[in-house]
Amino acid sequence: MIQQLPDNNGRFGAFGGRFVPETLMNALIELEQEYNRYAEDPEFKAEIAYLLKQYSGRETPLYYAERLSQHLGKAKIYLKREDLNHTGAHKINNAIAQGVLAKRMGKEKVIAETGAGQHGVATATVAALLGLECKVFMGEEDTKRQQLNVFRMKMLGAEVIPVTSGSRTLKDAGNEALRYWVSNVEDTFYVLGSAVGPHPYPMMVRNFQRIIGDETRRQILESEGRLPDTILAPVGGGSNAIGMFYPFLEDTEVQLVGVEAAGKGVETEYHAATMTKGTHGVFQGSMSYLLQDEYGQVKEAHSISAGLDYPGVGPEHSYLKDIERVQYMPITDREALEALQLLCRTEGIIPALESAHAVAQAVKLAPSWSEDSIVVICLSGRGDKDVESIMAYTGGKTL
Amino acid sequence: MNRMDAVFERLKQQNETALIPFLTVGDPDLETTLDIIDQLEAAEADIVELGVPYSDPLADGPVIQRASERALKGKVTIRSCMQVALAARERGSRLPFILFTYYNPVLQMGLDPFFEEVVAHGISGLIIPDLPIEEAAEIRQRARQADVHLIPLVAPTSHERIASIVKDATGFIYCVSSLGVTGERADFFAGIEDFLNTVKTYSNVPIAIGFGISSREQVARFSSICDGVVVGSAIVRQIESNIPLLEKQESREEGLLQIRKFVAQLKGTSDSA
Repeated sequence: MIQQLPDNNGRFGAFGGRFVPETLMNALIELEQEYNRYAEDPEFKAEIAYLLKQYSGRETPLYYAERLSQHLGKAKIYLKREDLNHTGAHKINNAIAQGVLAKRMGKEKVIAETGAGQHGVATATVAALLGLECKVFMGEEDTKRQQLNVFRMKMLGAEVIPVTSGSRTLKDAGNEALRYWVSNVEDTFYVLGSAVGPHPYPMMVRNFQRIIGDETRRQILESEGRLPDTILAPVGGGSNAIGMFYPFLEDTEVQLVGVEAAGKGVETEYHAATMTKGTHGVFQGSMSYLLQDEYGQVKEAHSISAGLDYPGVGPEHSYLKDIERVQYMPITDREALEALQLLCRTEGIIPALESAHAVAQAVKLAPSWSEDSIVVICLSGRGDKDVESIMAYTGGKTL
Repeated sequence: MNRMDAVFERLKQQNETALIPFLTVGDPDLETTLDIIDQLEAAEADIVELGVPYSDPLADGPVIQRASERALKGKVTIRSCMQVALAARERGSRLPFILFTYYNPVLQMGLDPFFEEVVAHGISGLIIPDLPIEEAAEIRQRARQADVHLIPLVAPTSHERIASIVKDATGFIYCVSSLGVTGERADFFAGIEDFLNTVKTYSNVPIAIGFGISSREQVARFSSICDGVVVGSAIVRQIESNIPLLEKQESREEGLLQIRKFVAQLKGTSDSA
């Protein structure tokens, strides 16, 4: 049963585990124990369910994108509208749950890493809501590219710490958050934003995000009376995708497609196509696919989408690739931008660049679908945050 | 007998504590690393940690991060780090060498070739800071077969894990002085003596302390309660600040001498320098 992973060592087959300094081991074990204890606690679950509904606005719609469907041909395409969450992306699902867990564990300080700033904003938001002190680590390059999100986090009361090590982007923000946690492990909770990192994070984040897939399953059965043929979701670290896929893993008739960033092309050095081009390695606390050189040095990733601009990927995705339950396909910057434009024009929805990768893959696959195919795309976030970088990319022209 | 064991044996008889300097191999270049190793030996360092530069050094503070970046610019690899050990030996060094490396470079090399090379290059021990015992079973077994010590790390937060971490330890046990990453600091974990005593109750192998030790006073303080003291960032910082001297032929000797003086002073043998 694929759904019963990870095992007790946090392994999904060969992937996962806990590759961290000894100083963190007890904190991770404690986190796992506390998580396991609360995961079945009705009050804990009720508090999270309440906040997801009344604060974030769940459940999110499963919207039939009729004009997009007509444009592409035969299949009925549905969009899971995670972009309609409070703060504009699926990230809040996990931030709320980890924030509530931090509080239950008696921690008053939280830290987070962020790339584009979506997880940072979500964590800062939840910290304000729950009265927690919040520090967000963000690569210096990203603080420049995403000044609005930096200001947003500050408005919400968080301290934003620019990270000047390495490539000064998401991976370095993650390193620095882990280093800070090593120094402050006794009173600080690390709100990790994706389904990556040492056990129990990949499992925990998946379980906090599976609401996406659980709702989708219920909604599609209501509207169509059957499961979809294909589900697409963008994959950086992979939290929205694993949340969407997980409830469907045993339904082998449902094709699951993870869409990763090919940047300027997988044949170039400028991509974030970890699944297509990566190899097994240990990165930020777990074994997964990884972009690295032959000596095990981690390579920099490149994507127009900051949320996909990451050289690693979650261990469960790595496992699902190897057992061929999920197919992972690369989409270039250019293809993503065209799909973003298409969704704007056909549906009046500006998707996040991350989500636009999944839309682009739908465009590519559409010719293979039949008239009665049902397809779901996880629209993980809204695109307001990306408007500036799109303008910079196109020189201010619309496509 | 493993060269490292011989050193601890000798020091025990002399009632002395091992000074264990760390340096990042290839910072600023491989030839200079070899020359610095000569200086460490002249300053009577006892064991040397050869740090493999890594792109994502999670356990390290800014000083060693910068050293790694400099070394990686020179395309230093885990193989070149091992070659430095062998080259130093061929130049007459008698120091035991510990390879300090994150796990991923080991994994990418492949465990079979890695251990063949470790043995072929005369490495006495391994420190892998992101490989906790739960993940270390295979490496530990292979290290034992190769008569190479896999040095376990215990932290002030290890608590009830200490017993299982040190149970089958060989070489020495590396006690982490404080919560946090590597780097000089004025204060250590408040319960440090109790922590070290707890470790001693579970094991008879030598214990060394590291993370944040940077001065003769700190070395002296821990010498009375430990069998070894590791100094990393403070030495790497010395190397860093002497790079301008090391890079020029006419001032290179002076730069090397500065590093030797610093280490001799840590060891308390400044007269010999």
